[in-house]
Amino acid sequence: MATTTMQKNGIDFSVLTVGLFVGVFTLLALMVAAWSPDPLFNIHGWLSLGMSLVAILAICFWAANRKDGKLFDETQYEDTLIKWGVGVSMFWGVVGILVGFVIAMQLTFPSLLYFEEFGFLNFGRLRPLHTSAVIFAFGGNVLLATSFHVVQRTCRTRIAGGMWPWFVFWGYQAFIVLAATGYVMGVTAGREYAEPEWYVDLWLTIVWVAYLLVFLGTIWKRKEPHIYVANWFYLAFIVTIAMLHIVNNLAVPISPLSSQSVSLMAGVQDALTQWWYGHNAVGFFLTAGFLAIMYYYIPKRAERPVFSYRLSIVHFWALIFIYIWAGPHHLHYTALPQWAQTLGMTFSIMLWMPSWGGMINGLMTLSGAWDKLRTDPVIRMMVVSLAFYGMSTFEGPLMSVRAVNSLSHYTDWTIGHVHSGALGWVGFISFGALYCLAQWMWKRDRLYSANMVEWHFWTATIGIVLYICSMWVSGIMEGLMWRAYNEFGFLEYTFVETVEAKHISYIIRSLGGLLYLVGALIMSFNIYMTAKGKTRKGEEDHVHAPTNDGIPARAEAVPAE
Amino acid sequence: MNYETLSSFAQTWGLLYFVVLFLGACTYALWPSKKSEFERAANLPLIDEEPINE
Repeated sequence: MATTTMQKNGIDFSVLTVGLFVGVFTLLALMVAAWSPDPLFNIHGWLSLGMSLVAILAICFWAANRKDGKLFDETQYEDTLIKWGVGVSMFWGVVGILVGFVIAMQLTFPSLLYFEEFGFLNFGRLRPLHTSAVIFAFGGNVLLATSFHVVQRTCRTRIAGGMWPWFVFWGYQAFIVLAATGYVMGVTAGREYAEPEWYVDLWLTIVWVAYLLVFLGTIWKRKEPHIYVANWFYLAFIVTIAMLHIVNNLAVPISPLSSQSVSLMAGVQDALTQWWYGHNAVGFFLTAGFLAIMYYYIPKRAERPVFSYRLSIVHFWALIFIYIWAGPHHLHYTALPQWAQTLGMTFSIMLWMPSWGGMINGLMTLSGAWDKLRTDPVIRMMVVSLAFYGMSTFEGPLMSVRAVNSLSHYTDWTIGHVHSGALGWVGFISFGALYCLAQWMWKRDRLYSANMVEWHFWTATIGIVLYICSMWVSGIMEGLMWRAYNEFGFLEYTFVETVEAKHISYIIRSLGGLLYLVGALIMSFNIYMTAKGKTRKGEEDHVHAPTNDGIPARAEAVPAE
Repeated sequence: MNYETLSSFAQTWGLLYFVVLFLGACTYALWPSKKSEFERAANLPLIDEEPINE
């Protein structure tokens, strides 16, 4: 009742609730800024206060400028939010990759890039900034933008919650700002891929629950009876990340006015909890979420139905049932009981099947449209991402075998493996989706330049190949050097000799990272120009990529299986 | 509840529960009369263009 009355007056109920909610947080931020004796927490208090005041002002101005009284038009999709998502994803992507390049250079030339006066610019602070920026800031924003796009389209309804999806989007950016500034200042809980302290974790929990409710609400009011498989993957990603985030970050703050906290678990239990979280962040953030992207953007771009819808259901459930057990493979030869190590290893090997089920389903969706690999570089990017997915999900089970792990663990092989998944699979499928969104959301016939996509594709691909090959070489080399004994039974090499031997590999790795960064910059320019509605000179009459407006239904075309 | 009771429960009833759930999902996926629904679903990304049809 209240909702309808207020809508008549031009104020939506959701705007009021978001406003009140942000208002409460403004007060909390003010209290921290005023009373906290912890100087770092104090800075975060002021920063949060500033961000919440900007948010309140933005809501007021936005609502005041809506004279038509139609704040959230139920007959239209919410696309403005997705456009913001595309822009922000590119921004964080470039920042994250740039920081990655900087730390690669710091490892290559340690004395050249060591800043005695500026501790926050050194490897220890920048490395968590890099991992979190690429995974959560870039990957997370790609997932937010694409999930809001896909769930609206496949449910054929506007996103639920009025202003709440905007709260989720900007709340997530606030989380990134707090986490990133915390890392460089040295506010850290010291947990792999989960370094933010307790108050930032609580904020993310609130944002994430709002995200879950918005997503569920949209599915609830869907006009399409079937819940498309991509939404299942997104839902698995959202629900599982909520669970992982909460359990992994169970901690007791030293005081309500201190930025520091103590983990609720200790010893091997804490280690296992961290890797249960860490590996499932790979499984449900970097895999399930991006498989959802694959299941929408590849069929849509290729204009072909999903190869086997049945396979998509079976491999979804297989992935969900198996992934959650694989974490202990990060703790081979540690204090973790051996049965737990064996369990993690066994489930990791079993994971190969559902992973390849997804890869095969994505690749075969192109059957009948293989020519698009040659004509549409965006499709090629997404197909190569599946090739990297297949490769890294084969390499992963292999490395989880205890005997192989005894060679590969703690070496650069692990870094190479992670990056073939991150740069190849997650990066390329995201770039593909961002190109699609740039074209579709701004309603353009084509991208600014298909040739620039080609350039992006090749610089990034060569970059990945340089990266992973150099890391394979240096990883296996240092693994072998660490286990070499001389005829007296002593270690053959000192640790520093292994570091010295890796220098060339590190130079090649940095070069690979630089190429990947150049590719991302080319993409940013291309997408910016596409959004502005430009077409590159000389490319006006190439129709490289299909347009996506008003595609006739192809239900009659070819059966799915 | 100690470790032994918990692990024996997990290794029997827990295992059974997961296997039955997974078999249920597979049965649903392979159920013959679902074929036409899934064929339509496989085409969903291709038939979802705006405006939102009521």
